[in-house]
Amino acid sequence: MRASRDRAGTALSLGFVTTFLTVLVVLPIAALVWESTKAGSQGFWDAVSSPESVAALKLTIGTAVAVSLLNAVLGTITAWVLVRDEFRGKSLVNAIIDLPFALPTIVAGLTLLALYGPRSPIGVDVAFTRTAIVLAMMFVTLPFVVRTVQPVLQELDPEAEEAARSLGASGLTSFRRVIFPNIFPGVLSGMALALAKAIGEFGALVIITGNLPFKTEVSSVYIFGRIESGDTAAAASVAVVLLALSFVLLLSIGVIRHFATRHDRA
Amino acid sequence: MSIVVRSVSKRFGDFVAVDDVSLEVEGGSLTALLGPSGSGKSTLLRIIAGLEWPDSGEILLSERDATALAPQKRNVGFVFQHYAAFKHMTVRDNVAFGLKVRRRPKNEIRERVDELLNLVQLHGFGDRYPAQLSGGQRQRMSLARALAPEPQVLLLDEPFGALDARVRAELRDWLIRLHDVVHVTTVFVTHDQEEAMEVADQIAVLNHGRLEQVGPPRELYDEPASKFVMTFVGDANVIDGALVRPHDVELLTEPDEAAMEAMIVRVTILGRDAKVELHDDGGAEIVALLTRERFEELDLWRGQTVWVRPQRERVFTT
Repeated sequence: MRASRDRAGTALSLGFVTTFLTVLVVLPIAALVWESTKAGSQGFWDAVSSPESVAALKLTIGTAVAVSLLNAVLGTITAWVLVRDEFRGKSLVNAIIDLPFALPTIVAGLTLLALYGPRSPIGVDVAFTRTAIVLAMMFVTLPFVVRTVQPVLQELDPEAEEAARSLGASGLTSFRRVIFPNIFPGVLSGMALALAKAIGEFGALVIITGNLPFKTEVSSVYIFGRIESGDTAAAASVAVVLLALSFVLLLSIGVIRHFATRHDRA
Repeated sequence: MSIVVRSVSKRFGDFVAVDDVSLEVEGGSLTALLGPSGSGKSTLLRIIAGLEWPDSGEILLSERDATALAPQKRNVGFVFQHYAAFKHMTVRDNVAFGLKVRRRPKNEIRERVDELLNLVQLHGFGDRYPAQLSGGQRQRMSLARALAPEPQVLLLDEPFGALDARVRAELRDWLIRLHDVVHVTTVFVTHDQEEAMEVADQIAVLNHGRLEQVGPPRELYDEPASKFVMTFVGDANVIDGALVRPHDVELLTEPDEAAMEAMIVRVTILGRDAKVELHDDGGAEIVALLTRERFEELDLWRGQTVWVRPQRERVFTT
């Protein structure tokens, strides 16, 4: 009785999750794939392999990967400072971390343009350059690694570090061999989120990058351009490739994470 | 491999954790730091390990000043109450940690780890992760880990505190046997006076950050230096302002001029002994411990009025 009721419960919640995911994620993606096939396989290939589309894809993926790696380092340091150090205004800093989430990304783009554009009050003009892309992507992905590493650091047993020290490890060695392996899965999760967000970012980039083809045009903006010129099939084709590449990247991060956390499942 | 603690003090804000403590631990001995929680025993142990810095005073390890030495330079093995296992490493890698950090040759590490896993009876568990071990096994693993680099001293902070009673007793016996084999100078912290009496050959009693008395278990019990030691190490009655051990309370069925009247409120048979609880006419509680023989001879019963004659009373001014 008990077991069958549990099974029924599982089936119910599984059904709920499946429906939910189907309606919100799977169906729209299926529709997108369907849209991309409208121009036929030749049309798909042409849209995807056009030099401008390839350049945009390369730029997007390359910059997003660089940004998530940068985030891994800076986000970990930020989380470390927020957890381990005591200073005045700590809770303020903690609150500021989430602000990029609250801001419409187009506003983020405007803000960055005002600060680092041609009329920069501090004399730094990076508008319409690839540096601007990195800046904008960094801005919108800042919270991810911080927020995934912070709780792990908080829960880390300080005695494990002390044990490492008493066993002869220097501060650096104990970070490398005891702390880092524990926060690494958190870093990876944050990186994956940052990567996904960076690849898909549009609002923060569209203003500050100038959208110069072959130079500062990222895929999301390129796709927007295709839609504007009425070529939705091409837009969908590039989107499908972008999606597939993101999926592969996220999956690889997931695999690494799986190995980094094998002791938890033991 | 002796330890000398010379007038060490440590405060946390307004709280005085360790108050001018001096203590000598002979090389090869097994010493207990005994005291209630907040008595400073763990802080003192952590100061010896270098995990905490004293505000004043000195620590000497093997007659060399170690006060300013970082923990990793002290060659001290430390065992924590909650194991402090490296969760992401196998048992084998946990034990090997101190040797790997010292860049010992691989085959030497393998041999040493095997030897230690045998010693702590964890052979065959080397490839498991700490999460797959029981509490007792985890603590044995941390012991092996602490012993691997052949430390000068082994420090244990309430090592059995997180374990259930049976495993606790088992590990206690096992620590004594281990110490007979390894002979490393060992200091362990405990709040359990029975544990200290059973395991240690020297006990240092701490209270409110101050050292009350140091000596072999028997000396602490027979010749306590203060009221605190007398009541903390073993049981004691307060009769007329003097302290008396329960087995030094003599019961008489007839009035006696040196004895006071009391009524038996409870009798408990504890194997070979009998525990008799009494109330004197002021209502104060007195506990007497009698041999079964004496108990049967007196033929005592609950509600009976008897006369209490304390032997070997002690009066402390502090």
